[in-house]
Amino acid sequence: VSGGAVAATAVEQRDIRTPDAGGGATESKGVGTSKWTPYALLTPGLLWLVLFFVLPTILLLLFSLYTGSLDQGYSFEFPGHWQTFPDALSQYWPQFVRSFVFAGLATIFCLALAYPLAYFIAFRAGKWKATLLVLVIAPFFTSFLIRTLAWKTILSDDGWVVQFMQKTHILDLLALLHLTETDRVLNTPLAVVLGLTYNFLPFMVLPLYASLDRMDPRLVEAAQDLYSSPWTALRKVTWPLSLPGVVAGTLLTFIPAAGDYINAELLGTTKVSMIGNVIQDQFFVVTDYPTASALSFMLMLAILVLVFVYVRRAGTEELV
Amino acid sequence: MAATTAPVVGTAATASARRTTKRPSGPIRWVREHSIPIIGSLVLLYMFLPIFVVVLFSFNDPTGKTNYVWEGFTTHAWTSLCDVGGMCEALQLSLIIGVIATIGSVILGTLVAFAIGRYRFKGRSATNLLIFMPMATPEVVMGSSLLTWFVSLTLARGTATILIAHVMFCLSFVVVTVKARIASLDPRLEQAAMDLYANERTTFWRITFPLVLPGIVGASLLAFSLSFDDFIVTNFNSGSTITFPMFVWGAAQRGTPPQVNVVGSLMFFVSLGIVLVAQVVQRRRAKA
Repeated sequence: VSGGAVAATAVEQRDIRTPDAGGGATESKGVGTSKWTPYALLTPGLLWLVLFFVLPTILLLLFSLYTGSLDQGYSFEFPGHWQTFPDALSQYWPQFVRSFVFAGLATIFCLALAYPLAYFIAFRAGKWKATLLVLVIAPFFTSFLIRTLAWKTILSDDGWVVQFMQKTHILDLLALLHLTETDRVLNTPLAVVLGLTYNFLPFMVLPLYASLDRMDPRLVEAAQDLYSSPWTALRKVTWPLSLPGVVAGTLLTFIPAAGDYINAELLGTTKVSMIGNVIQDQFFVVTDYPTASALSFMLMLAILVLVFVYVRRAGTEELV
Repeated sequence: MAATTAPVVGTAATASARRTTKRPSGPIRWVREHSIPIIGSLVLLYMFLPIFVVVLFSFNDPTGKTNYVWEGFTTHAWTSLCDVGGMCEALQLSLIIGVIATIGSVILGTLVAFAIGRYRFKGRSATNLLIFMPMATPEVVMGSSLLTWFVSLTLARGTATILIAHVMFCLSFVVVTVKARIASLDPRLEQAAMDLYANERTTFWRITFPLVLPGIVGASLLAFSLSFDDFIVTNFNSGSTITFPMFVWGAAQRGTPPQVNVVGSLMFFVSLGIVLVAQVVQRRRAKA
């Protein structure tokens, strides 16, 4: 997803910061006064979402219960062919696990990179704040695919990055962890995780920035006046106050990363393919629609469950 | 350090300057004191690394089909942009789809945003959930469910199905962006207009709408870039139609020509230009 997207999110979050003057929904009236006005405004947009999001998602579940093939047509026999689910899962569980591990690693890397940057922009940038925010999103003005392809050049086998990592034996260490091979980074798990980290980094930086920027810097001063070390102040004051941003950022990074198949396709091989690759292959190469639908539906369900558990545990309702 | 910080954080800077006087001097101290700007700059450098590569390799002169290794400088790709079969057609199609999807999603989304931002009605939280769901759904799930939907309706996949899909996934982002702008409005401005005998229609078009407009502009840019750069959902619903991301995907299998890097560089510089101009305009307005 490209830069403009992220830019607008930043604008929006800056607006949220101003005290809720409109109060969300207030008694102040818009164009009409009839109690039907809101429904009239909602109808076209929501109809679109119901027609092209809700119903297709329900159909996806239905499709996974069908039997038959694309050539001979599909049919539904009550109570449906539920066997597709365990079959698909037993065949493709490694890709499922890999997707969640890769997305989890990418989210952790994003958080580690984004937190210092967001902190820097929020507290130390001064009048350069706006410029730095533009710089954060500027790399994402180019196309997702072109950006990802550029990593192929950077991580190429005889490129300076790989040579440096070889000379310093970092690569040997990473190979021990099964993240890379001893002589290459491309087509290994690390390449895919790096690609995911890179591509979803702004989705972590911007929510973190928004919540840090809302924080009163005097709180840290107060902590330091009470003899806390900078580290304790970070752990006990800054970090808890930035939690809404952390939660929003991890969700915005994890969800698209778990379903992504572009990075695994361009920077990896079939050995490191993710569930997205399987779904796309099942639809277009194997044309086994029921299995593909079952996998797709399970991915959505797994992510929804993870999100709800996570939001519950993090104890914040501030999602987007 | 204190010299570079803004007035807002000035007190924090003096506080930390006070405590650091006890520490030993030297390069270690300097690095320690500036650790946050240093790490921040390194992260920014990391973010820009691929952009340098994209721009640099648009001037590459590759002998083979792939463009991953530097082989020599030429401006050939910049002067022969449309010589690559199908690329400019794909680019044109993506621009057209982007504009139409933006108009569609901004109209539908703005109406929804006004309903949510301005009215209390039954089913408001259900509506919010419905708006949130597409943003929390991975693209591959949206793409595949739409594919099964279009297959069931025996709708031929092409430009029309791409447009339907793009309006669908842009809609939620438009609603969220415009809604935030509506929520930040000061209701007293509208009350003042009404006190000065403006009727509801005049108040809306003379006060409310101009104030919400920046949010709508932001949402339009967002929707356009989402649509223009979308690959996954489009891949599932395009049939044999080729948008620009689809073209790059296909080219990546055979080896991308440097002209693709030229388009990537152009996208970068044009968007950066738009943002910078917008910032200058905003600053001038703030001063005036």
